[in-house]
Formats: sequence, C-alpha cells, structure tokens
Amino acid sequence: MDLEISVAVTADTRTEARGPESAPAALTVNGATYLVGVEPRVSLLDTLREHLDLTGTKKGCDQGTCGACTVWVDGRRVLACLTLALSCEGHEVTTIEGLSDGGGLHPMQKAFIKHDAFQCGYCTPGQIMSAVALIAEGNAGTDADIAEYMSGNICRCAAYPNIRAAIREVRDATA
Amino acid sequence: MSPVVGQEVDRVDGPAKVTGAARYTGEIVLQDLAYGAIVGATIPSGRVRRIELDRALAADGVLAVLTHENLPKIAEPPHLLPSLVGAAAPGESFFPMQDAAVHYAGQPVAVVVADSHERAQFAASLVRVEYDRTASVTTIDEARDSAYEPRTLFGGLMPARMAHGDVDAGLAVADLRVDVAYRFAANHHNALETSATTAAWDGDRLTLYDSTMGIRATQLTVAHLLGMPVSDVRVVTHFVGGGFGGKAMTWPHVTLAAMAARQVDRPVRLMLTRTQAFTSTGHREEQEQTMSLGARRDGTLTALRHHKLSLTSPFDDWAEPATGTTTQVYACPNVEGVHRLVRGNVMTSTFTRGPGETVGMFVLETAMDELAYALGVDPVELRLRCHADTDPRGNPWSSDGLAECLGVAAESFGWSGRDPRPRTRRDGDWLIGTGMAAAAYPVAFFMPTQRARARIYAGGDAVVQTGTQEFGTGVTTVMTQVAADALGLPMDAVRFEAGDTDLPNTSAAVGSSGAMMVSAAVHNAAAGLRDQLVAMAVADADSPLHGADPAEVVVEDGRMRLRSRPGVGETYGEVMGRHHLEDAEALGSWTPPPPDTPHGLLTFGAQFAEVAVDPELGLVRVRRLGGAFAPGRVLNPKTARSQLMGGMLWGWARPCWRATGWTRPPAGGTPRAWATTWCPSTPTPRT
Ligand code: FES
Ligand code: FES
Repeated sequence: MDLEISVAVTADTRTEARGPESAPAALTVNGATYLVGVEPRVSLLDTLREHLDLTGTKKGCDQGTCGACTVWVDGRRVLACLTLALSCEGHEVTTIEGLSDGGGLHPMQKAFIKHDAFQCGYCTPGQIMSAVALIAEGNAGTDADIAEYMSGNICRCAAYPNIRAAIREVRDATA
Repeated sequence: MSPVVGQEVDRVDGPAKVTGAARYTGEIVLQDLAYGAIVGATIPSGRVRRIELDRALAADGVLAVLTHENLPKIAEPPHLLPSLVGAAAPGESFFPMQDAAVHYAGQPVAVVVADSHERAQFAASLVRVEYDRTASVTTIDEARDSAYEPRTLFGGLMPARMAHGDVDAGLAVADLRVDVAYRFAANHHNALETSATTAAWDGDRLTLYDSTMGIRATQLTVAHLLGMPVSDVRVVTHFVGGGFGGKAMTWPHVTLAAMAARQVDRPVRLMLTRTQAFTSTGHREEQEQTMSLGARRDGTLTALRHHKLSLTSPFDDWAEPATGTTTQVYACPNVEGVHRLVRGNVMTSTFTRGPGETVGMFVLETAMDELAYALGVDPVELRLRCHADTDPRGNPWSSDGLAECLGVAAESFGWSGRDPRPRTRRDGDWLIGTGMAAAAYPVAFFMPTQRARARIYAGGDAVVQTGTQEFGTGVTTVMTQVAADALGLPMDAVRFEAGDTDLPNTSAAVGSSGAMMVSAAVHNAAAGLRDQLVAMAVADADSPLHGADPAEVVVEDGRMRLRSRPGVGETYGEVMGRHHLEDAEALGSWTPPPPDTPHGLLTFGAQFAEVAVDPELGLVRVRRLGGAFAPGRVLNPKTARSQLMGGMLWGWARPCWRATGWTRPPAGGTPRAWATTWCPSTPTPRT
C-alpha cells in the first residue's frame, strides 16, 4: 500500500511536488537565507548540521525525546529532528548560533556559565534555546513551571538544579 | 596573585559550549565524508542464514555494504581488559561480523556506507537478513540454575570472592540478624551524545575522531584489532557529550568505522542511533544482591555476607564488583563477598557510573537502616559506631571524613528533629519519610605513569598538554588552574590542550581518578618548567636573581622574585630573551603508589533524603537531597559540586526511575527500552 503523507502548508510555501531526489530549498536561518539541495525526507536537524555546518544544534536521539535539537521556528521552539527542512521554507529558523545578536553572549548563555548549568555541554544549546523561549512564553513563573516546561530537555549529566538557577536569574533580571 | 586552585572558577570551555561552537565527534568536517549505518541482529541467539543485499546495494548513494562474508578478518581477537590499566580496552572479548554467529540482539551483522546520512540509514533498512534462531537467555530467571562462581571479575582485575573470618559463626553469635534481598534491572548510560567515530585513512595511517573517555584505549584497541603499529593510529577527541562509563571501552563500532573507511577509501562517520545505544556500548548488568548482617545489641557487627548474582555475556566474566567497598566501611570480624554469574545473550556489561558501588552501597546501607530500626538506634549513630578505623588489612585510611560528613550533612538537613517512626508524617495525600546513607568510593591507584608537557613562550603565554579527555568533568578547567598556579601565571595566560594521542599519555578517565592522576602530571610538568627558568635566572650573572637560592624564588604573574624582597626579580620573558629562547618546555610525570600502599583507600561521604510517597498511587517523589563528601583537596568547588550533584541524582534515579528490559517482540529480541527522569528539588552536596 502506498502511503500518502500530507503536510500542512502555509500560503507562502511552494506547493508543487518535489522529491524524492534532492530539491533546492531556500531556508532562512539566523537571518541569512541559504539555498540548499535537500531530499524531502531530510530533517531540519540534519540540514543544519550536515548541509549548513551549523553544528551547535545537537542530535541526541533523532526521535523527539531529548530536546538537544531544540531550535525556534518563527520564535516558537520546535524539535529540529522532527521537523522536515522543506517545511521551514518561508519561515524564520533561529539556532543557538543566532541567539546572541553579535555583541557578546546572550544573558541566558552568561547565566548558564555562571551557574555551571552543564557538564558535557551536549544538551546545552537545546536547553538554552528552550530556556529563553520559556521565559518569553511566560512559563518560567515558578520552579514547578520551569521543571514542567523544561521537561522536554534531558540533561544526562543531571545539571538540572543549576539549569533552573540560571533560568531563575534571567527571569528575575528581565521581569 | 592568589592561587586559583580551590577557587570557584567558571569552566574555560563554557563559552564554546553555550554558543554551539564546541565541536563534538559527529561534527568534524572532512572532505568526501561518507556515512556508515549499522544493521543490528534482530535475534538474540543463532546464525545468519542469508543476507540479501541487492536492494541496499542498488539504493542511491550506497558505496559499500559490509557483512561477515566480505569484511576482512581482524588481526587478533580482542581480550577484555579494563582501560584502567592502560592496555587495549575492547568492551568485550568478541568482535562481530567475523562469522555468521549471533550472540546478542543488536550485534552488528552489516555495515552500510553511503554518501549521506539519510541514504546510509535508508539503505540499512533495505538489508534483509534471514536467521536460524537458537534458544536464548536474556534474563537471570531464564538460566538461574546455571549460575557459576568465576575466579576473577572486571576483566581479571578483581577476585570474585573475598572473605575473612567465619560468617556462619558470626551469625550464630549475633543477637540480631537482618537479611535483605534486592533485584535490579539493567541500566544504560545513555550519554546525550551517542557514541560516534569518524575514521580517516592517509595511506597506512589512520586518524580516528572518537567520542571516548580514553583516547589511548581507542588507539591501542584499534591498532591491536587491525594489526597496525600503534604509532600509525592517532585518536582525537575534543568534546565528548557525556560518558558515564559507556565510552570507557572501545566497542566494536569504532573498529568497524575504520574498516569501512578503508573499504570505501573515504573518511567514514559512524554515529550510533539512540536505539543502537542500548546494544552497542555495554550497560550495567541485570542483578540480584543479598546481604545478611549479624549484630550485637550495641550495634557491633559480628557478620556481613554480601552476595551478587548477575547476567553476563557469552564471552566474559564481567560484573561490577559490588562488594569492594561494602566489605570495608564497617568493622566486622567475619565478612564474605561473593559474585556469581549467569551467562546470557547480552553483550558484555561495563562500567556504569559508580560501577559496583552504586548498587553495592545501596544494599549495605539499606541493610544498615533495617538494622538501626531493629536495634532502636539512630541510623547516623549506628554508622558512627560501626565505622572501621582501618581497612580490612589493618591499614589506616589515607583520609577519613565519614564522621565529619555525617555530622555536616545531618546538621544542614535538620536530621535531629525528625520523628523516626514510619508512616507518622503526612503532607496531604503524601506520606513523608526521611533517610540517610553513608557513601564510600575507592581511590583508584592502578593506572600506569601519567604524563604531561608544559611549554612557555617568551611573551609569557603557556600551553600545557596531556592526552586526557573532556566529557564534562571539568578537567580542562581544573588543569588550567593547576598549571597556572604551578607556573605562577594568570589563568588566561595558560591554554590547556587535551584529547589527542599525539600528546603525552594519560589513562582513560575512569574510576573518578582523572582529577587526581592528571593534575599530578600537569603540576609536575608546570612546576618543572618553572624550576628550569628559575635555575636559568639564578645562574645568570645578568639576572637580578643571580646567585639566589632557587627555593627563595617565587613566581607571580610570570615574574620571578625573591620571597623576602619582592622588588628583586625579572620576568620569564626577560631571562628567556637574554638566552635567545623563544620558548622553554618541560615534561612532567606521575606514577601512582603501588597497589599495596599501606593505606586504606576510600573516599567517604554521607547523603540524606526526604521522600514523599503517595500510598494509594505508589508515586515516589524525592523532595530534598543533602550530601556531604570528603574527596580530599577540591581543585574547583564549582565543578566538584556539579559532579557530586550529578552522582546524587543518578543515585536516586536508578532505583526509582530507570530500568532497561529486554523484551521479545515477535520478530526477535531487539531490546525496547525506556528511561524517565524526574527532577527533584535542589540537592545540596557539600565538600
Ligand atoms: S534529537 Fe531531537 S529530540 Fe532528541
Ligand atoms: S550537560 Fe551533558 S547532557 Fe546536559
């Protein structure tokens, strides 16, 4: 049986059929637009890492369970391993490399260093992208909120208490 | 300039890690990189009858498919030896794809190489393997009757049995006896970065970028398996995304990546999938432990019997040594620790965070808690009464902070005010309980000589190098501190480099020994370099320090001066300039004391917990964790605290939240695993 897959398309997404071979796609990442040739099955995560050499976004599971690949699409956090690259055409992708606008570290990046909110650092870009979005969403009000709304970001080094301390500090400084 | 060792210094690799600039193994860019994908066996035991490759080979971008039919034979079979001792360290005495035999589910039966990650993964899904399946064992229960007592464990490093006195006699004279028995599911490390290797050949020379806790172990193992001179294998790792023991050994996929790269004549990256991480890099074995304690009314122990039964692979007698610390912490004249094994169709298990101690100490401390309850003695008081003054050989402890840790942790936790009676405290639907445990961990001393190199440039900047590896412990930061103090330089003038077998050799960072062994070598290299330059100055007629006693010279901010007369001195750069030196260099090494060093070697600590249990729903929530630890000299309280906190969280997550089960889906025995993590309130380790 042939499987039909339908993907919700937005108005500005091209609708002609592409694939299965690689097709050109225009992706806007961190404000720059890249023309890449990717097969429709290629995830945003692999496109960032393998095609654009933006390796700050990490692959921990490739199946939506760890949060290491968290990026923003139009400011909303998404798991890049569960997002097809072609579905991001016409949208703004932001990765850890684009978090700080040039002049030094973002306050959350500074807070992560100050509070020692990581060991190996492999979950860290995803944690930070989630943490910044969390405050913007208004979901960082209490420790319980932080625990709940950061629960998609696993840290196997178990730096959780320090991650929460970093988030609290940035939350309170921006409040 | 005050010393930076002992200060709460931020991690020097922090900026790279928070900006995404840190490159891990799966992110190394190489020209013409190809991608490998492993096809794992879907049965736990049997033989490959036929492999159908036509569809995979015809798929777009496929460069090669390796199976047992075309993979070159390895030069020498692997022999399991822990990487601790500095030798080759294959995780198991077995290498896959040498014949058609299948010993465990997930064992590699084919490797597909293609020109993109997706194409390799897709083609791997097209490989059709037919098997002849034979009877298998994947749990202790399936083969309990076949249990045996091996001679040694842990790759031959530990005896399987340790005993002194007569436990039966000790139990006979006891006023009270406690017996406990526990079963433990297997556990996987699941470092957030799955293990990855990128292999690149240049003629006969091989460079491996490997996510490993031991570059030297990888170098020696791959050279051994491929029959190559060790000098032809270079291993590089700059950032490793967590280890927890799962990256201590050199598992088969590393060598398979090298073989695949040779086959296709291109660099090959092989990154395990998360699913494969459950069948490729070892695990903590499924196990059962029992303990019997005999005691007199005053709490004095008369007997301690600790037995472990666990599942091992078809090839190796491997078990974490559960009884190593449990037979030392408390004074007892009659002690017996025994390990027994059942062979099953699993890969050889391996070091997993706190290997042996995590589970063994849980059993001891739970039994001690039962004993305290039975005796009506406060659990802290019982520990203090029973704690041994010496190790079982009669050697005094190299340091013993147990009593102090118990005191500090009890105080900050608020232990003294608690109501010890079970089921007396409630918070809504939750029953609230408090408990404590002593902690002990061995000081590992069986690594070979450790080496480091320090080089300073005439401008006053220094590079210090060893072949250790940074997987989150903070070694890069701490070694920068150690080197800066020894050289008398500010931290930002020192760059610490590691993660390359071309650098001076240190052992794999296992057994919580990294800070101790690497810092000793780094200190000696940096101090040796300082002494060399001081000697140059005091021997130099043009130096203000000419003729001074070198012992009277101190170095601050790169300036050597007399201790008593700070105005008299000069910089490293000045003396080097007069001697036309652009740089100066020293090697340093450190050899650990012999294993029979006359000291008891344990690190002590104490942990306290407040736990809420919903008796209707069986929910468990850890509300507070407090710990105090006496690990010796703390080089950086910030990174040390993080390690302890991580250990505490793993410690409670293990019994509460983590288990790996081998299930048998109709198609075969591919493990399905689950893992959950729940974050408690802030644990507070103190050092
Ligand atoms: S890699 Fe995307 S959630 Fe784990
Ligand atoms: S820092 Fe290692 S997984 Fe979070």
